[in-house]
Amino acid sequence: MVTRIDRRMAKLKTEGRPALVTYFMSGDPDYDTSLSIMKGLPTAGADIIEMGMPFSDPMADGPAIQAAGLRALKGGQTLVKTLKMAADFRTGDNETPIVLMGYYNPIYIYGVDRFLKDAIASGIDGLIVVDLPPEMDEELCIPALKAGINFIRLATPTTDDKRLPKVLQNTSGFVYYVSMTGITGSALADTGKVAAAVKRIKGHTDLPVCVGFGVKTAEQARVIGANADGVVVGTAIVNAVANVLGPKGEKTADPAEAVATLVSGLAQGVRSARLAAAE
Amino acid sequence: MDKPATPNSFRTGPDEQGMFGIFGGRFVAETLMPLILDLERHWNEVKNDADFRTELTDLSTHYAGRPSKLYFAEGLTRHLREVSSAKGLGGGAKVYFKREDLNHTGSHKINNCLGQILLAKRMGKKRIIAETGAGQHGVASATVAARFGFPCVVYMGATDVARQSPNVFRMKLLGAEVRPVTAGHGTLKDAMNEALRDWVTNVEDTYYLIGTAAGPHPYPELVRDFQSVIGTEARAQILEQEGRLPDTIIAAVGGGSNAIGLFHPFLDDKEVRIIGVEAGGRGLDGIEHCASMNAGAPGVLHGNRTYLLQNADGQIMDGHSISAGLDYPGVGPEHSWLRDSGRVDYVPILDDEALEAFKLTTRVEGIIPALESAHAIAHAVKIVPAMDKDQIVIVNLSGRGDKDVHTVASMLGMEI
Repeated sequence: MVTRIDRRMAKLKTEGRPALVTYFMSGDPDYDTSLSIMKGLPTAGADIIEMGMPFSDPMADGPAIQAAGLRALKGGQTLVKTLKMAADFRTGDNETPIVLMGYYNPIYIYGVDRFLKDAIASGIDGLIVVDLPPEMDEELCIPALKAGINFIRLATPTTDDKRLPKVLQNTSGFVYYVSMTGITGSALADTGKVAAAVKRIKGHTDLPVCVGFGVKTAEQARVIGANADGVVVGTAIVNAVANVLGPKGEKTADPAEAVATLVSGLAQGVRSARLAAAE
Repeated sequence: MDKPATPNSFRTGPDEQGMFGIFGGRFVAETLMPLILDLERHWNEVKNDADFRTELTDLSTHYAGRPSKLYFAEGLTRHLREVSSAKGLGGGAKVYFKREDLNHTGSHKINNCLGQILLAKRMGKKRIIAETGAGQHGVASATVAARFGFPCVVYMGATDVARQSPNVFRMKLLGAEVRPVTAGHGTLKDAMNEALRDWVTNVEDTYYLIGTAAGPHPYPELVRDFQSVIGTEARAQILEQEGRLPDTIIAAVGGGSNAIGLFHPFLDDKEVRIIGVEAGGRGLDGIEHCASMNAGAPGVLHGNRTYLLQNADGQIMDGHSISAGLDYPGVGPEHSWLRDSGRVDYVPILDDEALEAFKLTTRVEGIIPALESAHAIAHAVKIVPAMDKDQIVIVNLSGRGDKDVHTVASMLGMEI
């Protein structure tokens, strides 16, 4: 089954440039603002959208995404509303791939079968569920693949060559390489090591490899994009929202505009990645 | 939910995937998965290793002071017989305390910490991290880290840092760094999140010394096995002192390590009734309690599937208990399985009831129990008067209450 992710990645391959994968927290700081942020992403240059599903206890996330999730929950966001937001987005864009990213419990409580049915109806293309390693594939990964949704796995610096085949086994769409051991939003790892890791993973799979955790600037996006098939930016986008919120959560500027400005710069970074590499 | 079929033995879990029925498992980020598999491999090596056992037994005996006594609580028994007579029942079972409060560091937590520090040493780890609620596990972790020369970082919710200040000071004296966690309500759940974030960052050299029988496999199993010394001793002691098994055993359940430690060796003794006591807080009607098995639903948090306090969207609630050690919205996965299989009954005890039991035990036994243990005693106070005089109850006195005197004083409106 070919998904929007597969089509988008194939198209970018012919263009000879990496994908810009942008993460935002759905519902941060409220539904309407968040939807307008999402709608602005493709125009600003995002190739794939990762929608964060807020969770009360995000164990792999740093302070910025923790805070964004809490703002969203305080604003009344739920998994039901996150799926509705994707559906609202789809009324104006039926091409840009949407990947839901988060933790398993809200999905488990929603009910796996019901969730997959509603996710497909809302135009979701892929899932990244941080706390479902391959050992737990029966929970959601296998049912998602059967339903035609990509299950995108994280590979990390601790995933050695012996373990990689297990991690890649049921992965589809793309592989998300976590550039460092640590939480989201930490400092970017040594880019030389990241490039070597991407090469190592590509030795095990034909899937595109996207790199995330720690990429915040256009320059970093350019350097990482020279070797990776995609660059994931999350914390910087979430911070762009936080930066235009006052102490009581009031908006001091338009969050959608702030995000669009940031993403435009990042998009230039990834678009110059291969040019720079060829120089 | 369908009740699982009754197994031939309740003591065989978990399976190879770390599951107790539908509970348990390994719900962790990929970064941690290789570490957990490595821990499992080392654990499987040492659990039947005679040298490891010898070293642990030697430390338990000479450093921690095991075996802990099984004490006939004559004062409490007499008091509850008077209550029984006043009700016209004329009963009142004999109450025994398993005296984990007499261990080095003042609670059962040392049993697990000694086991895990030896494991950390074998694995060649250089740094210890731990989470703590009441501070008992933090103190025990800091203690074994000092004893074996490891640097130690303890994550503790900011609320707990405030209400358990004596233990914070003890940890610092022992050389540990205590990092207050302000996220959420600043309690055990938030401390555990932060410890996991540390671990996912420092994967090369760090050993995560989890304090309760929860988390990803193999932690629930290995913590249980290190704590099962409680039940193994208690079973042998009651057979020696009374010539028979007890009718009922009771322990408080937060994460549930003291309880599973007492319960596990008794699980296949069908005649023994087993009761776990959850923190009922200010009552189960609202959200100010930590009775995940009485008022929660199965969900996934901190590496395992288990009963959790959560809302309809799967967001975890913070809960409340007078006792910092019980102030956790989840429970170890084996307890969830024992609940659903019907082998163990789990009941709530309110803050006020625990406080009364705390005062009563102090007065009639001259023992100040930890507020956690006071929950277990409070349930004994409820059921013992209606039992017969020739019946026997064992309560796990999991820790001493010195750490709680500030909390109790403020509950009683006193300044100290």
